Amino acid sequence: MRRRNGNRRTELVLLAAVCAAVLAVAYGLGIFLPAEALEGNFLQAGQPPSLEHFFGTDSLGRDLFWRTLKGLSVSMAVGIAASLVSAGVAVLAGLAAASGSKIADAAVGWLTDLVMSVPHTVLVLLISFALGRGLLGLLAGIAATHWCSLARLVRGEVLKLRACHYVALSRRLGKSGGWILIHHLLPHLLPQLLVGMVLTFPHAILHEASISFLGYGLPPEQPAIGIILSESLRYLSAGMWWPALLPGAALVLLVLLADKLGSCLERLLDPASAQE
Amino acid sequence: MKGTVGRLARIVAAYSIKMVLLLLAVSAVAFVLVTASPVDPVQQYVLHMGTAVSSEQREEIEDYWGVDEPPAERYLHWLSRVLHGDLGESSLYRRPVADIIGERFLNSLALMAAAWTLSSLLGFGLGCLMGRYRGRWPDRLLKSLCYILSSVPAFWLGLVLLLVFSVWLGWFPIGFSSPIGALRGEVTLGQRLYHLALPALTLSALSFSNIALHTRQKLIEVLESDYVLFARARGEGEWAILRRHGLRGVLFPALSLAFASFSELFGGSVLAETVFSYPGLGSAVAEAGLGGDVPLLLGITLFSALFVCVGNLIANLLYGVVDPKIREVQE
Amino acid sequence: MGQAAEALLEIRNLSVSFHRYGNGFAQEELKAISDLSLTVRRGEVVAVAGASGSGKSVLASAVLGILPGNAAVEGQLLYRGEALTPGRQRALRGREIALVPQSVSFLDPLMRVGVQADGSRRPRQTERRRQIFRRLGLPEETEKLYPFQLSGGMARRVLVSTALLADAQLIIADEPTPGMGLGQALEALRMFREMADEGRGVVLITHDIDLAVEFADRVAVFYAGTTVETAPAADFQRGEDALRHPYSKALWRALPQNGFQPVAGHQPYAGSLPVGCLFAPRCPCRTEECERKTPPVRQVRGGEVRCFYGA
Repeated sequence: MRRRNGNRRTELVLLAAVCAAVLAVAYGLGIFLPAEALEGNFLQAGQPPSLEHFFGTDSLGRDLFWRTLKGLSVSMAVGIAASLVSAGVAVLAGLAAASGSKIADAAVGWLTDLVMSVPHTVLVLLISFALGRGLLGLLAGIAATHWCSLARLVRGEVLKLRACHYVALSRRLGKSGGWILIHHLLPHLLPQLLVGMVLTFPHAILHEASISFLGYGLPPEQPAIGIILSESLRYLSAGMWWPALLPGAALVLLVLLADKLGSCLERLLDPASAQE
Repeated sequence: MKGTVGRLARIVAAYSIKMVLLLLAVSAVAFVLVTASPVDPVQQYVLHMGTAVSSEQREEIEDYWGVDEPPAERYLHWLSRVLHGDLGESSLYRRPVADIIGERFLNSLALMAAAWTLSSLLGFGLGCLMGRYRGRWPDRLLKSLCYILSSVPAFWLGLVLLLVFSVWLGWFPIGFSSPIGALRGEVTLGQRLYHLALPALTLSALSFSNIALHTRQKLIEVLESDYVLFARARGEGEWAILRRHGLRGVLFPALSLAFASFSELFGGSVLAETVFSYPGLGSAVAEAGLGGDVPLLLGITLFSALFVCVGNLIANLLYGVVDPKIREVQE
Repeated sequence: MGQAAEALLEIRNLSVSFHRYGNGFAQEELKAISDLSLTVRRGEVVAVAGASGSGKSVLASAVLGILPGNAAVEGQLLYRGEALTPGRQRALRGREIALVPQSVSFLDPLMRVGVQADGSRRPRQTERRRQIFRRLGLPEETEKLYPFQLSGGMARRVLVSTALLADAQLIIADEPTPGMGLGQALEALRMFREMADEGRGVVLITHDIDLAVEFADRVAVFYAGTTVETAPAADFQRGEDALRHPYSKALWRALPQNGFQPVAGHQPYAGSLPVGCLFAPRCPCRTEECERKTPPVRQVRGGEVRCFYGA
């Protein structure tokens, strides 16, 4: 019994490592891509996939494989940043909700209801519009719509921990709220939060791509996946299938990998959830 | 039954108060956001009208936005206009926003209703199938499919469908809710459905896996319950159990979830409508934001919030109708 | 109880084990019932008594053929002298063999009690069911209620009514008394006694030996998935010395009126049962033989005992 659990853990660790490694390689490739790989060559415009250009070229003759890789790394950077911001907001909101003040709890709950009552895509558009579109609006928009579930998680964990004897004991010993937060709550909260963030990451990437596709996110000169796909729409009726199909499939693959990574970490942290 | 009506009325009353407060908050937040944006609604309006703006028109539009007033009063001023049914005039379409919303909502409603029905039916059916064969291959296959589908962005799915069915196979049109150039009255139902098919399919793929996985979970809970074990012990067959106990326990939670997911439905419609250039609210809100059409953006935001709240209200009502624990106690 | 009464249920060397799949090909085998034998005749209440977690409910599922898919069954089950094949189990359950489960959780919470008691069989026997409800003292309006509105005693009677409606010959009652007051428990057991007196056979699965002894003809003491002793109920009233197996004696001593001494140790985990006698690790008089070989069932003083030394 125990030995098999050991195997299971090793397997999960391996799987998580593979997912993380693939994501890291894709990210690294995109970041360190030489600028000339992204330049267009009009002589090679609109070529279907070949050995020279794995994903073919777009109407400006730019290699779509490299452009996709670059776009994925941009998406990942945005996704990580958005997850971090979401987590930050979530920690503040979750701690406030679990602080013991009924008013704060009700306020956070009501704020969650508020966010949930507007379709997320519309809310992100609105926030992006308010901040003059671009990266800042994108980050703010994604963070604003993704903090709720993480905040609920933080709130639940903190309430559970507060009920623990050793936390109550510290309080009776006269330790300050801040001391308890740093010494007792954070060590338990961090792993949960990390997993929550990794699970938020694929959603953030999907949102980023969608918003960029609608023309709100990153500026059109950026090789973001959403923008590549938005451009591909124009040439679709001309039969250019590769700019639509291949970068999108790469995006789906990325999201699946990130999702797998998240669920592996979740199971490692909480083996009880591994039953399903 | 008298008790049922009273109880439902109570649910509606309680939720309506919450709904009004939420909508007020949404309007305030939305107003603050568009006020904070670098886009000025008056300038934008003037810009779109070209040189043909009379000083009267300009005054009127400045009056609508309360340009010279402090922020809080501007909001209240705008809110009172909205509550009187005046959502302002769209700078992109140069028509009252209320008219545009009314017109486009009918298109969106057709699309969302088709997608919603499809995803609910499909999600429920497949969820039941997965639950019935839990752990066996149909379950595993469909479960993987659901997980993959939830990782696929809606707009890319739309692109792929467009590519396969419209460009390659030529079965469906590339876009628009009706043939180009046809007058409104001339469009037949068949043509409408024909143009609706791909966007609706795209939109339904978005929410179906959610309903399917939820239904599966619920059905498994029912099938592993004590009362199903007892039903088996009494000689009821697997299908009889599914009909007598399974559906009873699963149908209404699934339906409630379907109503509670109006938010995702509307959000998805923004993407699906943009891909297929379908003239509904979703594509309008995307255009409004890009074109700096503040009144349209605000109007659709408020409308979408109302739409979501109505869905949640129905979901709450369903819970009230179905659960005998809530139903019988108050009689 | 005449010896000539027809044997309704005969269980011979029944073993039930569950495969639990781990990851990949690894799997674990849990032995819920090992080498169990039991006979139930017409007119007889046989109590199967043992601590919770000893696999008693699995026995009911095995007889009815409603074990989950990962269970493996060995041994012989006979109903009225003929083998209980899966097909025969399907045909008989809910008709000749009925289960009376333990609590209200075995009723569909979303279904009115009357319709539910009627069952899925057609034609509906609503009139007869109403008679049975009346006979069990359930008020007329009970059929309109939902399970959560029933009191424990009413739920019990509704569950019993299903067995009466089926006109079952063999009734398996699984833990029918927990959560009830003494009065209710006695009333429930009296119902089963009446059923037996009308010529049916009743298996009473319980952990409450005291109550079982009151109403049963024979008591089978269940330990770690097998019966270690089957004795006339009167032996339990007569005292420790009338019993045959060290575990039965220990159980007897654990009863409140007999000193309330807990049985030392704990039941073995179904995934790693001991090799020889299942009780050996806890037995005060075990020998080397007990730890090597499974003791056979022996007839001792009108009862059966699974022990090398029991007398």
